[in-house]
Amino acid sequence: MRPCFKLLSDALIDQIIAEGLGLLMDPGVRVHNAEALELLAAAGAPVDLDAQIAHIPEELVRRALETAPSEFHLYDLDGEPVVHYGGDSVQFDPGSAAITILDSKTQQQRPAVTNDFVDFVKLVETLPQLDAQSTAIICSDVPEEVGDLYRLYLALNYMRKPIVTGAFRKDTWWTMKELLETVAGGQQELVARPIAIFDVCPSPPLLWSDLTCQNMIDCARHRIPSELVSMPLAGATAPVTVAGAVVQHTAECMSGVTICQLAQEGAPIVWGGSPAAFDMREGTTPMGAVGTWLIDGAYTEVGKALGMPTHAYLGMTDAKVVDAQCGLESAGGTLIAALAGVNMVSGAGMMDFESCQSYEKLVIDAEIIGMAKRLIAGVDPREDPIALTLMRELGHRADYLAQPHTLRWFSHEQVLPSSVIDRKSLDGWKRQGAKTAWERAGDRVRELLAGYQPTSMSDDMRAELRAITQQAAQRFGLGELPPLPEA
Amino acid sequence: MSNTLLPEITDALVACDAASAVALTQQALASGLEPLTIIKQGLVPGIEQVGERFQAGEYFLPQMVIAAKAMQQAMAVLEPELQARQQRVDSAGVVVIGTVKGDIHEIGKSLVATMMSASGFQVHDLGVDVPSQVFVHKVRETNADLVGLSALLTTTMTAQREVLRALEESGIRDRVRVILGGAPVTPEWADSIGADGYADDAVGAVQLSKRLLG
Ligand code: B1M
Repeated sequence: MRPCFKLLSDALIDQIIAEGLGLLMDPGVRVHNAEALELLAAAGAPVDLDAQIAHIPEELVRRALETAPSEFHLYDLDGEPVVHYGGDSVQFDPGSAAITILDSKTQQQRPAVTNDFVDFVKLVETLPQLDAQSTAIICSDVPEEVGDLYRLYLALNYMRKPIVTGAFRKDTWWTMKELLETVAGGQQELVARPIAIFDVCPSPPLLWSDLTCQNMIDCARHRIPSELVSMPLAGATAPVTVAGAVVQHTAECMSGVTICQLAQEGAPIVWGGSPAAFDMREGTTPMGAVGTWLIDGAYTEVGKALGMPTHAYLGMTDAKVVDAQCGLESAGGTLIAALAGVNMVSGAGMMDFESCQSYEKLVIDAEIIGMAKRLIAGVDPREDPIALTLMRELGHRADYLAQPHTLRWFSHEQVLPSSVIDRKSLDGWKRQGAKTAWERAGDRVRELLAGYQPTSMSDDMRAELRAITQQAAQRFGLGELPPLPEA
Repeated sequence: MSNTLLPEITDALVACDAASAVALTQQALASGLEPLTIIKQGLVPGIEQVGERFQAGEYFLPQMVIAAKAMQQAMAVLEPELQARQQRVDSAGVVVIGTVKGDIHEIGKSLVATMMSASGFQVHDLGVDVPSQVFVHKVRETNADLVGLSALLTTTMTAQREVLRALEESGIRDRVRVILGGAPVTPEWADSIGADGYADDAVGAVQLSKRLLG
């Protein structure tokens, strides 16, 4: 039996969906994108072109929910289906698009440069707990205008795992697609074995901005998976109640699925989000608040009830250093996500809301993720009888360390932590330098980076990726891309 | 009776009761109190108390925002009377604020706008995704003292520079102070593009503006 966690009764789910559908008709959804408005109008939705508002009837939404796939895979660069969107699969990737990196020496945030993100990608490759990469950090050493595609370019050079990404502009999406197709071996190959998924964010309340709507349509048309990141901020841009925020989330996601499926029936799209229970004192969007976790858990249940693959931003912290708050918030969110059965949980490494990435937090989070995955693997009898024969054999002897049963099962039953987690005796811990979690994490980062194995990507392909990126960067006045760090 | 009306207006604001604040303001006018007296002895002490309670951690943003709105509604009642008397409230300054072109992040900018108007600034909020020229026009139209530019994306920070250029090219850069804010913005960035200052949060934005205009 798999442990899970249920927040909503069936009746409450039905009511949330009914109210979400109600919102799509009245007041409708603001759609600041001409192509989407045309698609909706052509499908029979009443559209007010001047006000850019679409009123989306239930039949359209229901049809879209039917045609949207309930599951699909992302592939690694060796062509293996390693990430499963659908059912109760639970997988993890780092939080995306941090503006800064937490400097390992000073423990201060600073703008990241090429080297920082490359090290981050390498770390993610070496951490088995992480199932996918993400374009986690923006590099400040290239023009802002190509910040989104440059991250993807860098990651592609060092990764094998699939990647969660996103575009910040309409035009850069095309370059990103070109990079992905180059790596996948062509347009059809990318469709057959997608290696990336694009985050697309509706704007609360009930708005599709031109940019992200276009990104979603372009993804759909090319059958590149997209992931809705709807973010009701409860009490600021959404009702303050958890259930109310989920109603808004439901409406925004249903509008997204509808536009996506009108652009291309059957295009893969994920029911996801990054909501927050708005902090009423600081005016911030806490990711470590229990209210935030409740919204995530609840909308995941709604998505599953509608047969959609799911995603959530969880496992982050609002702390500014890797301290106790950092650990408790990251662990809480990660465990909730795992128990809720979120297909892709984005957030590892991320702190200070969604602003900063940290290598040290990433390796600590990997331990948390390992524990969460173990937790949902649940309790397995392993043998039948479970222990009767074994215990009768041993009688009253405490000799289990010497038993084949122990050898057979210990590494399945237990999560064997890395040196990040301290379980030494007090003296043993002192002998090893009495290191804090932060220091142990730093050691682990260095150790993992030293063990990173370069990918087998050919020099030709690397050159091709560079040429594509270089060309895009030149449009914004960058002469030469920063050199790629050694693999 | 008029003696109790003024403290009642204060109390209505502190209780975040917009309907009463407006009704009491109307009563106060009808009872012959001067609009400036109503403002200085009724409304301003109220909003100040709300601000103090917020600073003390006793009040939260909903109280702050609702009290600020209540104050605006009460001011709207008094505005025609002030005009009729050719009087003006001493404003801390005229502010034009918005989120720059290409950027639709709204919440931080709106919080800053609310705090500024609660602190006595006359605020013109242009919303989000605001083209440079719209800032320029509004500054001209309102004779603004200060422009606030919010940007939440590394890709749209550059638009802050464009607004500064546009103000420069229109020859009105010298007439206004320009402050910046938003998650990726840093004091160094503000310096490097020639803005007058940077604020980390809404309270900081108010303090900075008061310092710049004081
Ligand atoms: C004039 O003087 C001043 C002075 C002080 C000023 C000031 C002006 N303006 C702000 N301040 C300061 O005072 C305020 C009050 O204390 C503060 O304002 P803030 O705005 O910082 O704080 C608010 C009170 C609460 N905070 C917020 O409202 C922002 C929270 C986060 C999560 C966020 C949100 C909510 C949204 N987002 Co966006 N979003 C993120 C944000 C993460 C983060 N850590 O900031 C950020 C900024 N977003 C990001 C991204 C990538 C995007 N977002 C996008 C969209 C959105 C939503 C629309 C969905 C939503 C905004 C909803 C709305 N109506 O405003 C997209 C862009 C759309 C666009 N063109 O603008 C999109 C590109 C995602 C996509 N692919 O679609 C990231 C930026 C990365 C980067 N390197 O630039 C991001 C850091 C999250 C992340 N890590 O991915 C101070 O900064």
